[in-house]
Amino acid sequence: MYKAVITVKLRPSILDPEGKAIEHALTSLGHTALGGVRVGKHIELNVAAADQAQAAQQVEEACRKLLANTVMEDYSFTLTEI
Amino acid sequence: MSRLTFGVVVFPGSNCDHDAYHAVKHVLGQNAEFLWHKESDLKGADVIVLPGGFSYGDYLRCGAISRFSSIMKEVVRHAERGGHVIGICNGFQILTEAGLLPGALLRNESLHFVCRDVHLRVENSDTAFTRAFSSGQVMRIPVAHGEGNFYTDEDTLKQIEDAGQVIFRYVQADGTVHTDANPNGSRNNIAGIINRQGNVLGMMPHPERGMEDILGSTDGIGVFASLITTLTGAVPVQ
Repeated sequence: MYKAVITVKLRPSILDPEGKAIEHALTSLGHTALGGVRVGKHIELNVAAADQAQAAQQVEEACRKLLANTVMEDYSFTLTEI
Repeated sequence: MSRLTFGVVVFPGSNCDHDAYHAVKHVLGQNAEFLWHKESDLKGADVIVLPGGFSYGDYLRCGAISRFSSIMKEVVRHAERGGHVIGICNGFQILTEAGLLPGALLRNESLHFVCRDVHLRVENSDTAFTRAFSSGQVMRIPVAHGEGNFYTDEDTLKQIEDAGQVIFRYVQADGTVHTDANPNGSRNNIAGIINRQGNVLGMMPHPERGMEDILGSTDGIGVFASLITTLTGAVPVQ
C-alpha cells in the first residue's frame, strides 16, 4: 500500500487571481518580502499496488483523467510506502 | 406542427433546470423531459440541455465529476451521432470537461461572483443555435457565475476564431468589444462557442432567463427558437 500526495496547480502561464488576492493581503500585513503566490490543491489518497511503479501508473492515470484538467493545470505527486 | 423534445439533465446541484424546462415547455410549447443524472435513457430527446448550477457541488473543479455520470455517457453518444446539445453556465463547464468543447473555464479574473445582465454580440448566425438572429446583433441576457473565464492556449484560440466557432462575445451595448464589457476575463471576450461539427453549444450567459418580458428581456428566445426552426422547419409562435 502506498500513500500518494498530489499537488494540482494552475499552469504558470495562467493568471491565478486567488494567489494574487492572497499576495495582496500579505503585502498589506507588511510581508513585503513575500511574493509570487500561487494557490493549488492538495490531494491525498491511498493506492493498493504491488510496487511503486504500478502505484505511480495508477495515480498518473487518475490525475490525467479526473484530478487535474491539463488544459489549465499541472500536477505532481509523491508516493510513500505505508 | 411537430414538436421537439428537450431533455433537461438534472445533476445534484443543478439549479437552472426548472428555468430551462419552463422556457422550452411553457414559453415555446415544446416537449420537455427531466433526465436524472443516474439514468442512461435520453427519453427520446432531440436536444439535450445541460443547465446551470453547481453539479456535484463543483467539487474538485466545475463539471469535473458530472462528466463521468451515467447520463453524460449517453449525452456524449448523442453528440457524436450529431444530436444537438446546449450547455449553459455549469453546462458549458461540463462540456469542456467532457471534451465536447475545447478550452476550460477559470475562476473570474475579479474573483467576484458576477450576477448581472450582459450584452452579447452574435458572431455567427449561421448555426443551428443562432439562425433566429442576424450576425452582429446584440442581445441582452443575464450572467451568474464565479468561474466563467474562458481559457484556451493560443493555438486553440486561433483555430476556434478562424473556424467561426466563437458564437457569442461580450460587448458594450453598442456592440463594441471592450474589456469593460467582459465580466470574467475570458479570452477575446468569448461568451459562447460551438464545436466544429456545429451541434454542441456552450455559453456562460443564461438565455433561459431571458425568455419573457417579466424577466426584463426576451432576447434568449432566439437560441431555442433557432433550434426549433433548424430541427422542425417551423418558426415558433412566441
